[in-house]
Amino acid sequence: MVNCLSDLFQAEVEETLKRIQSHKGVIGTMVVNAEGIPIRTTLDNSMTVQYAGLLHQLTMKARSTVRDIDPQNDLTFLRIRSKKHEIMVAPDKEYLLIVIQNPCE
Amino acid sequence: MAPKPQKRKISKRGKNKITLPVSEEAEPINMESMGHPEIYPLVLTTKTQEIFNCRVDEDITDEQPYKLIRKEDIFADFVNRAAVSDFYPVKKIIQEYPGDELLLVYDKDFRYGLNFYLIGTEEGKENYLNPLEVPEEQEEYKEHIPEDLYVYKPPVSKPWVSLGSEKEIDEETVKESTKQITYMISRKRSEFGAPIKFSDQNASSVKDAYIECTAYPDKNFTLKQLERDVGMQVVPQIKDISTQTRWTYPQNATTQYHPREFSEEEKKTLEQSKTLTDFLNNVSMSVEIALQQNEIMNVFIDDWKRLAEEEGTFGDKTDTHLKEYQSFTDLHSPTEKMITCVSWHPVIFGLIAVSVAVRLSFEERVHFSGKLLLQPSLILFWSFSDPIHPQLMLESPDDIFCFEFCPSDPNIIAGGCINGQIVMWDITTHADRIENIKVGGSRSKKVTLKPLFLLEPESNKEVMYIRHCAVSSIENGHRKVITDIHWLSDTFEINRLGSVFENRSGISCQLATCSADCTICFWDIRPQKALTPQPTEKKKEESIEIPFDVPSTFLHLDLSWKPFSKIRLSKGETTLDHCPTKISLSDDTLLYKEQDKAAAQDKAVKAGEARPYQNLEEGLANHLEPIDDFCTKFFVGTEEGEVIYTDWKMERDPETGRFMRTRLWAAEWRNVNSVIKDEMAFSTPTAKKPVSLYTVHDGAVHTVQRSPFYHDIILTVGGWNVAIWKEGVMTGPLLQSCCAPKRYTSGHWSLTRPGVFYIGREDGYLDIWDLLEKTHEPAQSQNICITMITCVKPWTFSAKQQFIAIADYFGTLHILEIPWTLSHPSTNEVSSIHYYFEREVKHLEYVEQRKKIREQEKKDMKLEIEKKKVKMHQKSKEQMEAELKMEYESYLELERNVLVNLGLIKVKETMSYVEMV
Repeated sequence: MVNCLSDLFQAEVEETLKRIQSHKGVIGTMVVNAEGIPIRTTLDNSMTVQYAGLLHQLTMKARSTVRDIDPQNDLTFLRIRSKKHEIMVAPDKEYLLIVIQNPCE
Repeated sequence: MAPKPQKRKISKRGKNKITLPVSEEAEPINMESMGHPEIYPLVLTTKTQEIFNCRVDEDITDEQPYKLIRKEDIFADFVNRAAVSDFYPVKKIIQEYPGDELLLVYDKDFRYGLNFYLIGTEEGKENYLNPLEVPEEQEEYKEHIPEDLYVYKPPVSKPWVSLGSEKEIDEETVKESTKQITYMISRKRSEFGAPIKFSDQNASSVKDAYIECTAYPDKNFTLKQLERDVGMQVVPQIKDISTQTRWTYPQNATTQYHPREFSEEEKKTLEQSKTLTDFLNNVSMSVEIALQQNEIMNVFIDDWKRLAEEEGTFGDKTDTHLKEYQSFTDLHSPTEKMITCVSWHPVIFGLIAVSVAVRLSFEERVHFSGKLLLQPSLILFWSFSDPIHPQLMLESPDDIFCFEFCPSDPNIIAGGCINGQIVMWDITTHADRIENIKVGGSRSKKVTLKPLFLLEPESNKEVMYIRHCAVSSIENGHRKVITDIHWLSDTFEINRLGSVFENRSGISCQLATCSADCTICFWDIRPQKALTPQPTEKKKEESIEIPFDVPSTFLHLDLSWKPFSKIRLSKGETTLDHCPTKISLSDDTLLYKEQDKAAAQDKAVKAGEARPYQNLEEGLANHLEPIDDFCTKFFVGTEEGEVIYTDWKMERDPETGRFMRTRLWAAEWRNVNSVIKDEMAFSTPTAKKPVSLYTVHDGAVHTVQRSPFYHDIILTVGGWNVAIWKEGVMTGPLLQSCCAPKRYTSGHWSLTRPGVFYIGREDGYLDIWDLLEKTHEPAQSQNICITMITCVKPWTFSAKQQFIAIADYFGTLHILEIPWTLSHPSTNEVSSIHYYFEREVKHLEYVEQRKKIREQEKKDMKLEIEKKKVKMHQKSKEQMEAELKMEYESYLELERNVLVNLGLIKVKETMSYVEMV
């Protein structure tokens, strides 16, 4: 029973990530834990590690900024638009979802 | 005190009388002048001395030099001797003498002038006797002292002798030059000592109370100073500030780390956890919204910016004319020559190489062959700095029709001859000659032709004739003129079978040539291992002497060079083969692609250091890896105006077991379907991959060129039109222009603008096509020269300078400058042209589809007509006659009306005509 459940969960995870990856212009998707260690990724290792480390720190900083201004507030989403693409970070208590998309062709 | 008269000189001394004629009136002389008025000097004779017992040295000694003599005695003497007495002169004194005894002193030293002296006063006597002891003592004392030391002699006054100093003193003395003015001021006595009262008074109120010197403007000082000579120095404000800091020197500190990662198992367990699932479910919604937002619209685009064209144009934007820059002609050639091929030097600015050939047809060549042998066939190197003298001249055995610089080493040149030989030159030794050419000194637009004797000595450089290094073997090479030659890129190699391998040597070492004998050959410049020993040929080689100034780079190739692979372009079973004029390989360097600079530098370093062309043998022994996925197909243009797309790779044929090159089966443009059917019947089982052939041009195809921006777009120019092809699209050209009024003789893509290409015409005009502007005709047409243009080659030197070299039939090379508008692409031009080509492809596909529909329609139409015809026959004959008559009458009316309208028939006539009928 437990196995089934875990499989189910895994299947759901797979499906969600696939769905996100299949969006137009998405370059890469990765799931990172609270310490910045990547769990799941579609990019190569070096890039994953780099993105995970840097974005984790940035997210922490952004969150602390938001909470400093208003302790009742919290960070829900972070979008960084650069010349080449857009990095979207969805933070949570334990995990971080990072998606890199190229908006213009 | 007035000196006494001379009478006193006669002194009265002592008691001894001196018979002296002395008058009684004369007073006795005393020593008053010497401060002793009581002393009367006397002279006493010896007689007198005896009388008075004052004989010298008997009675009067040194101890007692005086004697007291009684007055009575002296009077007795007077009575006795009267005037003879020595005392006579002082008689008066003696008479007056109050005392009784007189003192007579012996003057031994004659101090007072005489030997005795008499003291005339009592006091004197007393003084003499009493203080005689003291002065005697003093005298004695005095006499004692001066005996040791200098005897003091008081200064004796002498009469003053003038030595002339009075004059100086007179001069130096201050004398009043003018008389002093004396004033006498008097005042009333009553006013002296009166109390003084002071009061104030205005000076101006009282006249003459003050004198002033009023200031007036003096003209001498009212000059306005118009010029000032003032020194100035601009000095920045400087502040000197110093602080003391602790100097820390930089140290290299490194840390090495590796990121934390989960192992696979951990990842799996995490993935299976519920928390992750929940997280993703929560988060995926917002992420997808964000993704969709981006997909819908890019909010950060500045529409205005995208709309605008790129600014910063250099020069006039409206100027689209090609400006003439320079032209080159070889003035020293005896025969008339034409330029066959032009190539810019890939590295050196301002250097262009031109191959010239004589302008004779085949018959004329044969006729003049003796004369032609004597003249060298040349490739000339022209430089911008010298329009009259070529910098280098490369000799070849016969006229060169095409040549190319080696891409790895610009000092190696390969050329194709008219007789089918390949000629190689190595100008490494002369490289310094051409490298140090100064360019841009004289940008003369006209070529000033000066007679030889007027030329400056500097420009009259000795022109170097450089002999070729190697020629290919005559028997094994091409049989006819080589029409095109290409160096293969240094990234790959081809072997005998046509398979592609990687090129380890880093240099271009293989050539591809096509010639009029319907073959395409591949050559390798490295020494081939001789499979069959040919001693006889070697002997022949040894007997040939090679001039010592020719480099030995390609000595191994000379006269024995064979191609390692040959492709015959045959037209199926017939003996007529395709005659290729130009080939375009798929590996030509893309100018638009950003080159990896590091790799290019490495290559250059390698080439420079190792001099690979000197050690060509090294590259052979290596086992090379084959490159997969390499496109081995290429385009060929033929003399009949066909464009062939073929493959050089040989494949093992499964049925016959032989290696055969793929045969062509033609899909001619005009009759697509039928010909395919025919050829299918013809095609032998050995044919493998289908290869395409298109007859688009009405004349020989002389330009087959890939676009520098898109690797699958090819431009072909031939006959009277132009065609653009896309590799892979088999249906036909993307663009095919309509026939031009004049034949097109050369063409080239623009190097910087993807939609522009240049076409040269046979009347000396250059057509500039701009696909963004017009696609049915050239955008511009400009006259360059009076004769046929044989070759067009643009070249980019810098972002601001682009030149185009146009060679004409009369042997002149024109260099023109391309204006800004033609050399600078507009923004997104690449993508626009790409989009245009895509549209054209779609258009072709649409046309194909429409064709099918049309055919279908045609069939339907036919059926319809058939049906109609059947219906038509059912009508009766009578009805048809009636109908015909009606038609005839209506026709007559029409004729009449027309003639009336034209005014050819009068109304009356028409009436009569009708009545007659």
